[in-house]
Amino acid sequence: MTTTPPVPVMVEQPVKGPRKLTKAELRASEAKTKLSSPWATGIALVMAFLWTIPTLGLLITSIRPQASIQTSGWWTWFTNPEFTLENYDEVLFGSSTGFSTYFVNSIVIAIPAVVIPITIALLAAYAFAWIDFRGRDLLFVAVFALQIVPLQVTLIPLLTIYVDLGLAGSFWTVWLSHSIFALPLAIFLFHNFMKDIPRSLVEAARVDGAGHVRIFFTVLMPLLVPAIAAFTVFQFLWVWNDLLVALTFAGGTPNVAPLTVRLADLSGTRGQDWHLLSAGAFVALIVPLMVFLFGQRFFVRGLLAGGVKG
Amino acid sequence: MTVRVGRKTATVAAIGALSLVLAACGGGDEGGGTTEETGAAGGGGTTSDLPPVDCSVYEQFGDLSGTSVTTFAGIGDPESGYYETAWATFEECTGVDVVPEWTQDFEAQIVVRVQSGNAPDIAILPQPGLLATLVRDTGAVLPGFEEVEALVDENWSEDWKGYGSVDGTFYAAPNSSNSKSFVWYSPSAFEEAGYTVPTTWEEMIELSDQIVADNAGSTTKPWCAGIESGVATGWTATDWMEDVMLREFGPDVYDQWYTHEIPFNDPQVLTVLEKVGTILKNEEYVNGGIGGVQTIATTEFQEGGIPITQGTCFLHRQASFYVNFWPEGTTIAEDGDVFAFYLPPNEGSADKPVLVGSEFITAFEDRPEVRAFATFLATSDYANVRAAVPGEAGGFVSANLGLDPANLANPIDKLTAEQFQDPEAIIRFDASDLMPGAVGSGSFWTEMTNWIANDKPDQEVLDAIEASWPD
Repeated sequence: MTTTPPVPVMVEQPVKGPRKLTKAELRASEAKTKLSSPWATGIALVMAFLWTIPTLGLLITSIRPQASIQTSGWWTWFTNPEFTLENYDEVLFGSSTGFSTYFVNSIVIAIPAVVIPITIALLAAYAFAWIDFRGRDLLFVAVFALQIVPLQVTLIPLLTIYVDLGLAGSFWTVWLSHSIFALPLAIFLFHNFMKDIPRSLVEAARVDGAGHVRIFFTVLMPLLVPAIAAFTVFQFLWVWNDLLVALTFAGGTPNVAPLTVRLADLSGTRGQDWHLLSAGAFVALIVPLMVFLFGQRFFVRGLLAGGVKG
Repeated sequence: MTVRVGRKTATVAAIGALSLVLAACGGGDEGGGTTEETGAAGGGGTTSDLPPVDCSVYEQFGDLSGTSVTTFAGIGDPESGYYETAWATFEECTGVDVVPEWTQDFEAQIVVRVQSGNAPDIAILPQPGLLATLVRDTGAVLPGFEEVEALVDENWSEDWKGYGSVDGTFYAAPNSSNSKSFVWYSPSAFEEAGYTVPTTWEEMIELSDQIVADNAGSTTKPWCAGIESGVATGWTATDWMEDVMLREFGPDVYDQWYTHEIPFNDPQVLTVLEKVGTILKNEEYVNGGIGGVQTIATTEFQEGGIPITQGTCFLHRQASFYVNFWPEGTTIAEDGDVFAFYLPPNEGSADKPVLVGSEFITAFEDRPEVRAFATFLATSDYANVRAAVPGEAGGFVSANLGLDPANLANPIDKLTAEQFQDPEAIIRFDASDLMPGAVGSGSFWTEMTNWIANDKPDQEVLDAIEASWPD
C-alpha cells in the first residue's frame, strides 16, 4: 500500500520543457486571444449586467416594507430608498414558517443525493471504460439513451414501487429518485473523462501488478477530481433547487420536505403573503450560490473535459 | 505535486461523505414522527380557550389512542395552523395523532398520490369537480361513512349534501364554505358621499350612475375589478356570470345551464353575459383607480378591490374570502373602512339566491380512527371550534347549521353564516366548479378573459365555450 502511490505521478512528470502544442491546446490559446479582446469583454460585461438585474430587483424587493412591495415596483426604490429586515425576520423566524427545519431537510436530501449517484457512476464508468465484457457498447448506449426519458413520466410508476416497498414519505424515495435521474449523465461524463486518460498509464499500473481496485483508486481517482467536483456542483444545484421530485415522493410534511417545498407554500393559501417570497428566495439561494462560487472553476473545466473528445 | 494533494482531499471527501450518508440514514427513520410543534406555533392558542367538544361521540369507535390519521390539503399559512389547533381537540378526546400535510400544489399531487396507491387517509378537496374526477377516474374515494352521512343529513341542507355527492352516491362532507354573492364597499366613503346600500339591482345601477355623475372628469369610477389569477385567470368573471344568471333566470335555468341541458350559447345565457357587460365592459363604470376596461384582465384578483381603500372606487363584487386581502390596518366593519353587502336581486324578485363555493372532506382509508376523525369533521362541535380558533381573522365559515355565528370573529363571516343559515336562501354552487374541467376550468375562464381583454363580442364568446363542451 505504501510503496506504490508516487508511481503514476512520476509517469506524468517527465513531460517538461518546450514541446509541440497539441491541437486542443492550440485551439484553447486561439480561443483565449479571441475571448479577451475588448469587444468580447464589453459584451460579457453587458450580459452580466443584464442578467444581474432580476436578481438585483429581487434583493431590493426583499428589503422593502410590505406596503411598498405591494404598491410599487422595485425600481422606485432608487428614488425612495427604504430598508427593513422584517421580511427576512418573518421568513426565518415567523410563527409557523420554521425555515431551519426545512434547511436541514434540504441538506439531508442533497448530500446523499449527490454522493450516491457519483459513487455508482464512477464504478460504472470505470467498467465501461477499462473492463472489456460482452455487450459493453450496447449497454453503454442503452444507459446513455436513458437521458432522453423525461422524469415526469416516471413519477407515478416510481411512486407505486416506493409505496409497495413501504418507502413512501421517507428520505429514501428522494435519494433513490435523484440517483436514478442523475446516473445516465454522470456515467456518460465520467466515462468520457476516463477514456481520455492515456491507456499507457493504466497499462503501466497493470504491469506493476495493480488490480482494478488499485488502478481505480490510485491511478484514476486523483485525475478525476475536477470531473467529480464539476458533477458534484451540477448535481447539488439540481437537487437543492428541485421541487417536483421531493414534493411527489417525499411529500410536504415538515419531517422530510426540503426548502423548495416550503418556499412554494410561503405565499400562503390565497397568495396573501407573496411579499415574503423575495426574502425567502434569497435565503434559499445562499447555499447554492456559495457552492457555485466555490466550485465554478471545476464546473466549467470539468464539464468541458468530459464533453469534448480530443 | 498537485495530483498528490488531490488524492488526499479525495480521501477526506470520501470519508466525510460516508459519515454523512450514515448520519442521514439515521435521520430517515424519523419519517413517521409528529408535527405537533408547527400546530402549536401556527395556532397561537390552546384548546382550553375553545368551545367544548363532546368526546362521547367517539366512544363507539373503541380505544383509538396510539393510532394516527394522515391528512392532505391544499391549504397554507396561516390557515393550516388554525386547522391544527382545531384538530388538537379531537386528538385530546381520542388520543389519535393527526398528521397533517399541507401543499399549495394539491390538485396535481392528490391525483399522483391516489394513482400510485399513496393516498392520505383524509383529504380536503378544494372543489367538487376534483371530487368527481377522483371518484370516476381512480375509484379510490370511499363513499361517505354512515356516521358522517347521518351528521351531514342532520347538519347541512339537502343542497349541500348534493354537492358532496357524485352520481347519486354521497362521498364528502363540506368543510369551509364561502359566499360569492357579495359586493364590497367602504361604509365611511358611502357616508361621506351620502350613498346608501342598494337593495335591488336597479338601485345598484342608479347608485353607479350617481357615482359617475359625482366624479365626472376624475379617474374615480363606481366599480373596480381584477380577474388575473395566473393559470386560473378569468374565474372572477365567471362568478359574475353565475350570480347574474341566478338573479335573472333563477335556480332552475341555472341548473340546466351547468348540466348542459341548455347550450352555452342559449339566448338566456347571452342575456346574462350582456347584463354583466353593462357593468364590467362599461368604460364609465370601470376600472376605478386602475384604468380602462382592459385593465381588469391584467389586475390580480387580490388587488382588484384595493382602490376602494384609496377612494378611487366604490364597489367591488368578490367572495367573502376577499376579507383576507385588505391591507393591514383596514377596519372591516359595518361602520368601518370596508364592508360588504349582499349582491342584490332584481327589483320585484322575492328570491334570495346565494352563490357559494366549498371545500369537501373525503376519506381514502377505512380504519376506526379515520372514521372517528371523519365523523369529528362533520360535527357542529368541529365547526364551532374551528371558527373560534384564536387568531382566525376571517375566511373559515362552515355551512353547518349548528355553527353559532357568535364564534366567528369577523363580521363578514357572520354575514356569510347568516346567508347559509337563512331558510329562504337558494344556495347554488359555483357553476364553473360543476361543469366539466375543459369548460369550468378551461374555456369558460379563457373566453371570459378574451371577452374583457380583447373585447371579443358576446355571441362569439358563448359560441366558443359551447364548441369546447366535451360530448
